[in-house]
Amino acid sequence: MRGWFLPTAVVFGFVFLYAPIVSLVVFSFNESRLVTVWGGFSTRWYGELLRDRQILGSAWVSLQVAFASATLSVVIGTLGAFVLTRFSKFTGRLLLTGMITAPLVMPEVITGLSLLLLFVSMELTLGWPAGRGLTTIIIAHTTFCAAFVAVIAQTRLRSMDESLEEAARDLGASPVRVFFDITLPVIAPALVAGWLLAFTLSLDDLVIASFVSGPGASTLPMVIFSKIRLGVSPDVNALATLIIGFVFVAVLIAGWLMQRGLRKGL
Amino acid sequence: MAHTASACELKPWRTEQSRPFISVKGVTKQFGDFTAVSAVDLDIFKGELFCLLGESGCGKSTLLRMLAGFEHPTRGSILIDGEDMARVPPDRRPTNMMFQSYALFPHMSVEKNVAYGLLREGMRKADAYARANEMLRMVKLEKLARRKPDQLSGGQRQRVALARALVKKPKLLLLDEPLGALDKKLREETQFELIKIQETLGVTFIVVTHDQDEAMTLATRIGVMRDGVIVQIGEPREIYETPNSRFVADFIGTVNLFEGQVDAVAPDMMRIETADLGPVLLPPVAGLTRGQHVWGAVRPERFTITRARPEQARNAWQGVVEEMGYIGHMSQYRVRLPNGVLIRTSQSNRLRDEDPISWDEQVWVSVQPVAFRVLTQ
Repeated sequence: MRGWFLPTAVVFGFVFLYAPIVSLVVFSFNESRLVTVWGGFSTRWYGELLRDRQILGSAWVSLQVAFASATLSVVIGTLGAFVLTRFSKFTGRLLLTGMITAPLVMPEVITGLSLLLLFVSMELTLGWPAGRGLTTIIIAHTTFCAAFVAVIAQTRLRSMDESLEEAARDLGASPVRVFFDITLPVIAPALVAGWLLAFTLSLDDLVIASFVSGPGASTLPMVIFSKIRLGVSPDVNALATLIIGFVFVAVLIAGWLMQRGLRKGL
Repeated sequence: MAHTASACELKPWRTEQSRPFISVKGVTKQFGDFTAVSAVDLDIFKGELFCLLGESGCGKSTLLRMLAGFEHPTRGSILIDGEDMARVPPDRRPTNMMFQSYALFPHMSVEKNVAYGLLREGMRKADAYARANEMLRMVKLEKLARRKPDQLSGGQRQRVALARALVKKPKLLLLDEPLGALDKKLREETQFELIKIQETLGVTFIVVTHDQDEAMTLATRIGVMRDGVIVQIGEPREIYETPNSRFVADFIGTVNLFEGQVDAVAPDMMRIETADLGPVLLPPVAGLTRGQHVWGAVRPERFTITRARPEQARNAWQGVVEEMGYIGHMSQYRVRLPNGVLIRTSQSNRLRDEDPISWDEQVWVSVQPVAFRVLTQ
């Protein structure tokens, strides 16, 4: 039983997970204009891709959004995680504990819709953010990415030897100094991992971005999605292959950094 | 006379009017319902190497953390050099601490670790590193100054932690199980090194440990803690020879305890009637009355075992050697008396070629009256 079951299950699992991706990568090198018919090897669609202004523009928007929201969510997520792990008692602790992870389980449609409503009413009452575009997407992505960063940072802060911080206090450092001199460098690998995760999540998001974006600020997933509706074109395959490669590398680095942090037991 | 004067100077706790350097007054610490430290009073003098000794969970670490400023007493006050520490945060206290885990900063080199405290004080970088390296020379680690903590052995890390804690010349150094993570041989060497450093620098040390041998070797005085209370404070010899309770007698070293009642009190001699040994003669103890419930405590090495009945021995019993353990410098025996009572005794092996008493031999166990310590609790 065990002799054949386990290998079969593994193969089946891998095929199930990766066959679509592999076929996508293979067909991105297809010469033919027809997506499902093999017409010989070519990098033609990669060239086409680089000449497509719409795709390049939206890729630039996506990168900007991903970079900004990853950075912001690392700041917010780290602060949230620090407060939750290092301050044992304060008013609203339970509420914060629950709310910080809420975006992880909240359906994206609801997050997107609620943010859209918020932005509209803010514009009416405060006059900011004026219209919807880059800023609103960045804010929206930061809200859900910060939750992921907070979870990663919390895990790291909990496993960190607290006497490191006490030792620095003892040697004459103020609490703020301790945070920047000791806590931050020690949890840095986890924060880099969190940043990379936030970056890929932001790059990947379609639903929330669709709700809160405005004219002139379409992200890459939005453009791809709209192109697909008009029929699949081979240059989308090429684009997807590039994104897969990018995400793969980012996840690899994030995983490696987290592993290293754990192994060193910093 | 000169001799007594110097003894007073070296042992200020023996003199009534000595001014303590650290005063712990009625300190209680509660965590929710749990009382970790309960109404502790403690005076420690300048230049002492004071050991807080107790099992884990007895509150010794909590007391140390209150001195460092990481915990705040629920009640009571702590004075260091006459100054009330209640509102002083850890980074402003004239104390430094060596942590059980050493708590070396993993992202900094050895010398940066040691210089960290000086830099926080506002010392110039060049001076701070010079001083750090001086300190590393003292602990014989100057060659490893550029290494990261994870490239050091346990013993080396321990010395870095010590150098880092001493570099600011604190008035008081707090050490939490400083030798706990070292193996036995290294621990013994390090004990004496620690004493030497303490004497050279003249810093007051408070050491928390659960290891009684370590406390006995290191300490000028020991405070034995149990359930948040200091049950006895005294010099190592006092703690060993005149424990004030069965707990202390049993916790420090090995002891034979014999329960009984005071039978007769005379000016020069007292007799207690024990259930295990029958009547035992010992010197009178002040404050005891006839019929009082007491325990007689005898250390194993105070018993003498011989093959023949010792002459003139007032307290002697016959028994059979049930167990014998040869340790090298001494041998341990368990002698079973006819009434089933077990006496633990040890004999030092002074001669190389003596014929040792062994298993199943009929022997006499005797003890001098003065070897008994009478305990009332």
